[in-house]
Amino acid sequence: MWTGLLLLLLACTGRRVETLVIKGSDTEVNAVLQLAERYMELDSAVSISITGGGSGVGIAALLNGKIHLANSSRELNSHELQYAEQHGLRIVPHILAADALVIITHPSVGLDSLDMTQLAGLFAGDVSDWQALGARSGPVSLYGRQSNSGTFMYFRDKVLGRDFSPTLKQMNGTAQIIEAVRNDPGAIGYVGLGYVTEPDGSPRQGIRVLGIVPAGQTSAISPLHRDNLTQGRYPLLRPLYQFTIGEAQGRLRAFLDFEQSAEGRRIIEGNGYLPVEKGTFVTKGVDEVDKRGL
Amino acid sequence: MLIRHFWDKFWEKTLAALALVAVLTLGGIFLLLLTNSWKAFSHISLSEFFSAAAWNPAAYETPTFGIGAMLWSTLLVTLGAMAIGVPLGLGTAAFMSELAPARLRNLLKPAVEMLAAVPSVVIGFLGIVLVGPFLARVFHLPNGLNALNGAILLAVMSLPTLVSIAEDAIHAVPKAYKEASYALGATRWETLLRVTLPSCRSGLIAAIMLGMGRAIGETMTVLMATGNATAMPNGFFDPVRTLTATVAIEMGETPQGTTHFYALFACALTLFVITLLINVAAERLAASYRKKGQ
Repeated sequence: MWTGLLLLLLACTGRRVETLVIKGSDTEVNAVLQLAERYMELDSAVSISITGGGSGVGIAALLNGKIHLANSSRELNSHELQYAEQHGLRIVPHILAADALVIITHPSVGLDSLDMTQLAGLFAGDVSDWQALGARSGPVSLYGRQSNSGTFMYFRDKVLGRDFSPTLKQMNGTAQIIEAVRNDPGAIGYVGLGYVTEPDGSPRQGIRVLGIVPAGQTSAISPLHRDNLTQGRYPLLRPLYQFTIGEAQGRLRAFLDFEQSAEGRRIIEGNGYLPVEKGTFVTKGVDEVDKRGL
Repeated sequence: MLIRHFWDKFWEKTLAALALVAVLTLGGIFLLLLTNSWKAFSHISLSEFFSAAAWNPAAYETPTFGIGAMLWSTLLVTLGAMAIGVPLGLGTAAFMSELAPARLRNLLKPAVEMLAAVPSVVIGFLGIVLVGPFLARVFHLPNGLNALNGAILLAVMSLPTLVSIAEDAIHAVPKAYKEASYALGATRWETLLRVTLPSCRSGLIAAIMLGMGRAIGETMTVLMATGNATAMPNGFFDPVRTLTATVAIEMGETPQGTTHFYALFACALTLFVITLLINVAAERLAASYRKKGQ
């Protein structure tokens, strides 16, 4: 209602301000916020409001017609696709950047790497004691995000391929996962790459970032080496999406273009994500989405 | 004269209409919960909903909608909170109205009531950074995000209700009862334990039940401090996920009109009925002691 009043006031003064409403992924919210702040400096005729809440929250709001752009760290699920189809909504995916999902443990677990099968076994609840993986004996304590998180869904669908163990502690945000892992000697959790390094790029104290052995290979790939990410060797790389209903037009299009400009990419990189060139490994995600008839 | 009469009537009717708003709101909420929950039960059987332990509405394969584990979690946290809060609250109330010098009481009463003004996010935050690590250290647990943490925080949050109502009840005991007891040679302790407290028993029970109603409906604090694992808890040292936390976490992400959406309404209805029953019982008891006091 206040936005309405504000618009009315501005309309009276003869200046037209267009409002864009963006909502969704907590993983993306900081980066998109910075992009929007910079964009609003460049174009004073637009006002952009951004909130988090999780990918599912953003997609639900987009489908219900409440927002213009949904940030999402996952693709649409079958229920959402079905809902869009029934209501004649054409959802168009855009790729903001790529994010690496990082597996962290408490240092006293003593492991340096895991392969994909071990990782899935841990989070699905097959392994309850670290001894089974050749580490120091002690209970495994699983940390993850809540089910409204795109990270939760990505990890479940792409790494586990089945349900999480019901003993997974579902934390409110990534910062909470890191805090919990730091304090729990048997802890393992998954977080976004942007959260495991200090602003100066050095790894955070009190947690250990694990290397991951891709399926069918023998050596572990660490996400802390930039080449492993840019060349697509690290197995837990995922695209960060933004969805619109129909092709983006006008100011929304201009904002999306700004995100992929040289300046936009610098901001994205500053948040710990990888800017994406068209035609690299991540665009595969778009094609897959297209194939599913989005 | 006639005009005065008119205004008298006018204000009487206006105030009656205002009072009716609260009743209509309550009725409206109940109706809304009921109609939406109804739709859930065309897909889920009642017996599955109440007895099955697993709640996994966004499952990888088959969704399950059982609130068994969450109901048990809610009860565990609430009963734990009462086990801690009742002795603390009743003790405080007895001390304040019977033993404390007037100056101390004038300090204590507002201090306890101020506790109600602390926002629940703040208490939840203290649960993460203070109570959690403390519990982990004292009980040698891997982490302190469990039912006991929630119970301790909820005990603190229900204290203002408990103390305030219990103090009123104790205060309402006729002076003559106590004087008679002293005249028979009883000490202050004997008088408190054998005369004062038993004669306001129904008021104390009302205080306990209203405190319980406060604890059972609390959301943010338990959501932050109890770990939110969906597994059936085996005791106070296991993480729990309450009904309130589930509704809060999942409501935003769920597309409207799905079984999951309606199932969340059914969770809310269950919670509503529980708190309604507790409050009605408490009101009845409170009314009976008010009559006796006069």
